[in-house]
Amino acid sequence: MPQEYRLILKRADEPGYTPDIDCYIRHGGYETLQRCLALTSRELPDGKKQSPQEQIRDEVLKSGLRGRGGAGFSAGLKWSFVDRKSGKPIYLICNADESEPGTFKDRQILHKDPHQLIEGMIIACFANDVKLAYIYIRGEMPEGARILNRSLRDARAKGFLGRNILGSGYDLEIHVHRGAGAYICGEETGLIESLEGKRAYPRIKPPYFPAVLGLYQCPTIVNNVETLAAVRHIMAMGAAEYAKLGTPNNTGTRIVSVSGHVKRPGYYEIEVGKATLGELIFHENFGGGLRDGRQLKAVIPGGSSAKVFKAGEKFKLRRKGADGQMVPVEVDLLDLPYDFDSLQQAGSMSGSGAIIVMDDSTDIVGALANLSEFYAHESCGQCTPCREGALWLSKALHRMTHGHARKQDPAYLLHIAQNIQGRTICAFGEAAAWPVLSFVKKFREEFEARGAADEARSATVPHSGGAGPTVERKLAASPRS
Amino acid sequence: MNTLAVPPALEAEIDELISHYPQKRSASLMLLHALQEHFGWVSKEAVEWTARKLDLQPINIQELVTFYPMFRQTAAGRFQFKVCRTLSCALGGGHALHRQLCEKFGLDASKHGIQTTPDGRFSVEFVECLASCGTAPVMMVNEEFHQGVSPAKADEIVGGCR
Repeated sequence: MPQEYRLILKRADEPGYTPDIDCYIRHGGYETLQRCLALTSRELPDGKKQSPQEQIRDEVLKSGLRGRGGAGFSAGLKWSFVDRKSGKPIYLICNADESEPGTFKDRQILHKDPHQLIEGMIIACFANDVKLAYIYIRGEMPEGARILNRSLRDARAKGFLGRNILGSGYDLEIHVHRGAGAYICGEETGLIESLEGKRAYPRIKPPYFPAVLGLYQCPTIVNNVETLAAVRHIMAMGAAEYAKLGTPNNTGTRIVSVSGHVKRPGYYEIEVGKATLGELIFHENFGGGLRDGRQLKAVIPGGSSAKVFKAGEKFKLRRKGADGQMVPVEVDLLDLPYDFDSLQQAGSMSGSGAIIVMDDSTDIVGALANLSEFYAHESCGQCTPCREGALWLSKALHRMTHGHARKQDPAYLLHIAQNIQGRTICAFGEAAAWPVLSFVKKFREEFEARGAADEARSATVPHSGGAGPTVERKLAASPRS
Repeated sequence: MNTLAVPPALEAEIDELISHYPQKRSASLMLLHALQEHFGWVSKEAVEWTARKLDLQPINIQELVTFYPMFRQTAAGRFQFKVCRTLSCALGGGHALHRQLCEKFGLDASKHGIQTTPDGRFSVEFVECLASCGTAPVMMVNEEFHQGVSPAKADEIVGGCR
């Protein structure tokens, strides 16, 4: 029976568990940090010496941990790209700008078990020779910022932060930095600009890879809250044990946010790939199914930027056959294992781990209009295709949901979206285009029907139509009435 | 002429914030938050004060105030209702909540952007995803976060605004 596997959120919802440092220490908190700081250099079989820092980085790489923020890139590899020879300070930033629509997992860690993040962060900083680190928390979480500030102060008082941590000679300071309502700050180079006190315009890569030219043009690591919390568990249990959780290439646990038209919306921590999309929506241990009498219509599997799935879709996935060869296997939408690779092979992504469920009461054109308004509002305005295109999409969809759809609208929407993706500095262009491309392609008949109905209705109303604005004062009836 | 009266305690807090960064400019968002919390909005004087404090030009701060949606260039109501507009909340009754609040305060639910009652007590606006999609619909009232806001709960919250 599919069920939760709580590693990061193990204690978060236990009765009596509080976010203060004493409670955390009572439950074994900061012991892993102490063990990491006490590591000594060791000799590898090939005679090479490995420093404590290298040992931790090696463990994180071996654990197979993939970033939990959205891209799913190997955390260990990301760390390995850091320029350690530049002579400049190395910075680490925890990305707590949780704002991908559908996602509410980091909020749980920040509010209910913040020391777990801080311990993971100190270990990550130690492993990467970081002396100054920041937690970039979104502005709309003032309570989270207060909890973090208190937690950091308590950690400092206990000697886990500051100068000469636990007598190890290692110094580290962590500060909380608040955003101010801009989604683009979740993009790591935009976040860095924002932390430098500027507009969050993402930087172009190359040359501005954060691992080389990040904060203040110094090597910088940006990791998601859940990723850094996982580091603490990897070092507590060992990479080999951690890698046994989940499935090959999709190791560990992941907190999945389930929202929309399900009976039990909420956050569910699973072993990656050990529950299917269908189980997460329908099983009583997870989403608990749809409201009574409703049918599934659409699922956004990885935050609003992920391409939508239509109920009943089938996919060809590459799977290892009996002879060890990769063979294509047909998999139903609801049988897709919830992991990084399967959803990617199915043409979408697990992104930030957020599933938005829509039943047959949903107006698909309206749902897309809602998302496009989000992207129009949040485009930073730096690249023309995105700034203008996201707004055009939103305006067109607004018109379509206000009685003025046209038959050619599906083609119009696709044309605009195709001219955004791939033509922008950061991935926001894709994030704005993908919902449109997937919604229109998979639900084209609904968009066309909307256009046909509105055109048929307006044809019965006398007005100047496509001939341009009229100057006559006395119109028989406006098309709006 | 700059007339912003920053109390010494607030300025001490601001100096502490500036010390968190190797480069002063980094503190600009934190300073704007601190000033907005104290004064209720970010005035031209606050922009100039911040710029001087951080050895910057006023435009370096003004462009932040116009970029980041949380900063206000005019005063808002004493109780600011921010209702989540984005998809999961929309599927879970976000628009009905927004409408209910607007009707209660005599505001126009079909209007775009922030609206404030003439007596300056209440503001209502839609904001983008507040990252609590599992407990839709959600909203913030000033710094306080409310989830699963049913019509009855909304009435209760409004009643508690004194």
